[in-house]
Amino acid sequence: MGRYIVKRVFLAVVTIWLVATITFFLMFMIPGGPFLAEKSPSPATLEALNRKYGLDQPVIVQYKNYMLNLLKGELGESIKQRGRTVGDIISRGFKVSARVGGISILVSVLIGVPLGCVAALNRGKWLDNLIMVVATFGIAVPSFVISTVLMLIFSIKLDLLPTYGLTSWQHYIMPVIALSFYPTAYISRLMRTSMLDVLGQDYMRTAKAKGLSQFKMLFKHALRNAILPVVTYLGPLIAYTLTGSFVVEKIFTIPGLGNEFISSITGRDYTMIMGTTIFLASLVIIMNLVVDIAYKIIDPRIKLK
Amino acid sequence: MSHEHEKKPFSLHLDVSDFLPADKEEKQSLVVMRESVSFWRDGVRRFRKNKIAMASLIVIILIFIFSFILPSFYPYGYEQQIRGSENLRPMQYSEAELARIEAGEKVFPHILGTDNLGRDMTARLMMGSRISLLVGLVASVLVLIIGSIYGAIAGYFGGKVDLIMMRIVDIIYTVPDILIIILLMVTLKYPLQDLASNVPGFGWISDIGIGLISIFIVFSLLYWVGMARIVRGQILALKEQEYVTAARALGASHRRIIGKHLLTNCMGPLIVTTTLQIPSAIFTESFLSFIGIGVQAPMPSLGSMASNAIGGISTYPYRLFEPAIMISLIILSFNLLGDGLRDAFDPKLKN
Repeated sequence: MGRYIVKRVFLAVVTIWLVATITFFLMFMIPGGPFLAEKSPSPATLEALNRKYGLDQPVIVQYKNYMLNLLKGELGESIKQRGRTVGDIISRGFKVSARVGGISILVSVLIGVPLGCVAALNRGKWLDNLIMVVATFGIAVPSFVISTVLMLIFSIKLDLLPTYGLTSWQHYIMPVIALSFYPTAYISRLMRTSMLDVLGQDYMRTAKAKGLSQFKMLFKHALRNAILPVVTYLGPLIAYTLTGSFVVEKIFTIPGLGNEFISSITGRDYTMIMGTTIFLASLVIIMNLVVDIAYKIIDPRIKLK
Repeated sequence: MSHEHEKKPFSLHLDVSDFLPADKEEKQSLVVMRESVSFWRDGVRRFRKNKIAMASLIVIILIFIFSFILPSFYPYGYEQQIRGSENLRPMQYSEAELARIEAGEKVFPHILGTDNLGRDMTARLMMGSRISLLVGLVASVLVLIIGSIYGAIAGYFGGKVDLIMMRIVDIIYTVPDILIIILLMVTLKYPLQDLASNVPGFGWISDIGIGLISIFIVFSLLYWVGMARIVRGQILALKEQEYVTAARALGASHRRIIGKHLLTNCMGPLIVTTTLQIPSAIFTESFLSFIGIGVQAPMPSLGSMASNAIGGISTYPYRLFEPAIMISLIILSFNLLGDGLRDAFDPKLKN
């Protein structure tokens, strides 16, 4: 176990370093530095600005400086949003994104798992067919389609929900539905297959023969085993929620991290691009790591390699 | 003759009749009556029985006709801006067109309406679907080629080669793809533009479109790892088979063993994984175009059409629904087709 964790942590660190390096050099391939958009700065101002952010030095030196600062946990100051540190902007944006994303992940697990169980327990009946048809359609519809259709119906036609911002609980409804639609469908499909698999196992027959109640059989024996694939899906789910948030935050104008990421790229805000990419990448990589290790602990049948 | 006298059951004497050449009847009984069913025919037979998969195949063929053949017969182009026909509802005519109809002229209706620049939505939808299908097909072929060769080499040679190659795969696998894709899409734009306009012989880049080329590059850089893992797993099991040993004994080269014996024997998983790659590529492309960094205007894409529709969503909701329904239909039918192919050609992969 210890060796496995060490190996995975090492791999994660390498990946994060790789992402940081790739991002760093890709960024310098984008022509037009961060100051070109401003009202034609004089050459002297431009030089001063470049010197202030260390942009006048060779790329390799800049890379070295950045990596050293990164090790200290410093992400620098935003070039575009003067006077604010990247860490500051990220933590503010992430609080918003994490709230919306966290609620959506919770919603998709809390709805997807029961739906999958119900479908498996009613295998072949109309309820199973209905759930599976809805789930099959659910994984085919991109989140931007759901977001816009929801907005059209509930904000514009019915005027029930607010369209932008994130100030009251009503603001959360549409973004959360849009973000959790696909994962809910996916989880219910996953849950159904694994539940059917478990229900066919010998120990289920034994449990029934022992005279266990339906409730105990379902919750103590079936569910605990059937939920394992859902646990492995949590890693990709976090990555998906993050990606989905780029679109959903744009549509519902939520001041989250996804929005910051897109605008930093289009604005050539070098330090922000680096900061957000490293932060988001590390988040996904670490979450995947945690999920994988947790999975091995939960399921002792998995051999540690 | 010897078989006339009775044979003792436990006699050690050889029965001469056992050594006579077989007659015609005996030979006939050894001929297998049923024709041997090849891998392909067996799969196709199973696939045909699957109604959902067949239906999705038909839908896909119809979408192909709609987006590749129909545009050449359609009277409006996707870039064509018709003055005075802006913002028409489906099947609505502009005043100028109504006047022409009055005069006895035949005017082709705007079946799905027009957009704010007077471009026919049907023509744009055709072109947008074409882009989506192209992205899906080309990207998955690229993934197939890169992933299968890489995975086959890693699995076949094993040992240190495998270890290093698969470590690289592990790293790319954990990289959050969408972040790198967005970065690459923005960065690749400029060098490609430069290449297309300044270096002779690369003019084709602007013909296909810089956005599309970057999407292909990005997919071939990042998306092949899943395929490589699957192929490697298959090859690891297959390379222990006798026919590989036989081929090696006959002096076949590594290349020939991988290409002729190993890869052909994991066709099932290859086909299924490639097909299921198509909807995911289409999904990503529409996502990129929706946030404005995919296919460049004036080329329409289903994602950018949906994104453009948001501005006038309350007055012209159909402009959102048309690309939205199309993209969902394409993804749905490819998903179902992939599931059907998996059940037919690769029953082991089920669940």
